[in-house]
Amino acid sequence: MTDSTALRAGAAEAAMAGAVLGRAASIAPGATPSVRYVLRLADTCLIHAQRLGEWCGHGPILEEDIALTNLALDLLGQARALLTHAGQLDGQGHDEDQLAFLREERDYLNLTLVEQPMRRSSAHAPGGDFADTVLRNLLLAQWLKQHWRALAGSCDAELAAIAGKALKEARYHVEHAAQWVVRLGDGTPESAARMRAALARIWPYTNEMFIDDEVDACAEANSLGPRRSSMRPAWRAAIGAVLEEATLALPADSAFVSTGSRGVHSEHMGFILAEMQHLQRAYPGGTW
Amino acid sequence: MNVPVALGSLGKPCESEASPADRLQAAWSVLDTVPDPEVPALSVRDLGIVRDVVVGDAGTEVVLTPTYSGCPATEVIADSVRGALQEAGFGPVRVTLRRAPAWTTDWISAEGRRKLHAYGIAPPGPVEPEAPGVAVPIRIRPRGVDCPRCGSAQTERLSAFGSTACKAMYRCLACREPFEHFKPI
Repeated sequence: MTDSTALRAGAAEAAMAGAVLGRAASIAPGATPSVRYVLRLADTCLIHAQRLGEWCGHGPILEEDIALTNLALDLLGQARALLTHAGQLDGQGHDEDQLAFLREERDYLNLTLVEQPMRRSSAHAPGGDFADTVLRNLLLAQWLKQHWRALAGSCDAELAAIAGKALKEARYHVEHAAQWVVRLGDGTPESAARMRAALARIWPYTNEMFIDDEVDACAEANSLGPRRSSMRPAWRAAIGAVLEEATLALPADSAFVSTGSRGVHSEHMGFILAEMQHLQRAYPGGTW
Repeated sequence: MNVPVALGSLGKPCESEASPADRLQAAWSVLDTVPDPEVPALSVRDLGIVRDVVVGDAGTEVVLTPTYSGCPATEVIADSVRGALQEAGFGPVRVTLRRAPAWTTDWISAEGRRKLHAYGIAPPGPVEPEAPGVAVPIRIRPRGVDCPRCGSAQTERLSAFGSTACKAMYRCLACREPFEHFKPI
């Protein structure tokens, strides 16, 4: 090989590495409590939206296919606004796309519940159960709705504005999910059995929704937002009323506490991130 | 800061005879012609998302409030507003988004409601305040929505979610036609 062909080969390789097999470097948001507080909400909305998107084109009926993707769209919009705001609070100049696609797994702070397989099966968990989806929607929508209501009074004006908008959307989400939980729970023996199984599977992950840590303490002290534990009584009352109507028993609490919102995720997180990040990692800055 | 002399579309200083109030009125009229990309029967002004317009010597500022968090039309609307005003000689145009107070269907104008109805979309009723307490509404039939085609009150909701974030799907039990309802939010 002559020097010039070697050079050309080298240049081509470099071009490949840059343009075709480029690697977008990871970014790391700061660890201040306020940034982490906003990222927890943003990532929970983002990952739940991504999971709901798996139903697109696969809903049990056309109306529900459209409804699930509508929910996903609202959640994605909420995540976008929150990620943008987290980037501003963090002050490193990261935008919503960089925060959504270029973080490492440990820097995502969503609840472990939302990363669990939803429609598609994985090696370790069954997917495809609609009962699981509607129940998860109810538990999360009620939790988010309470957050939005409380955050509408945040001392952070932008966060309050995002929450004021999201609260209106969450009302429809809760209502829709509650109607399905009642319809299936108080439905046929098969649908009721599916709901009971979904409840037993999902319930242990709800502990994480209400366990405080230093991020919550700081948010409350600075009037940024509520601590998670403060929302448990109202959440239990609302969920309990729906489950009662659905003839489903409120499960006993377990001692298990998942840790996604501290950045320590289940085995499913890496797979969903690989799917979400592939394009931005391979084609840095790529747009539609 | 911009130079304090605005240039018209022909590049000449546009020290027109029109009073600032007339210019402002004209800018609002331009916005009457900018359609919502997802419900083209409505202009952005009918929709109630234009919160403020300021026409100054150095250009025009428009304040928009987005409808839904995830509405994919937000960017398109901002571009259309910018384009229409620039074409009408109100440039340079700056569009800013204001999230609070959150947009509500109560801001849709009477004219907008009439246009929706004529287009075959049942307009939204007033937004009801959330009931106090923790109860989640279940098995409550949504308030009656009249069929925009035959006017019958005998209608039923098929789904709270429709072809766009802002609409629900209904059907009329009298004329048997499906229709969309712009849901109150």
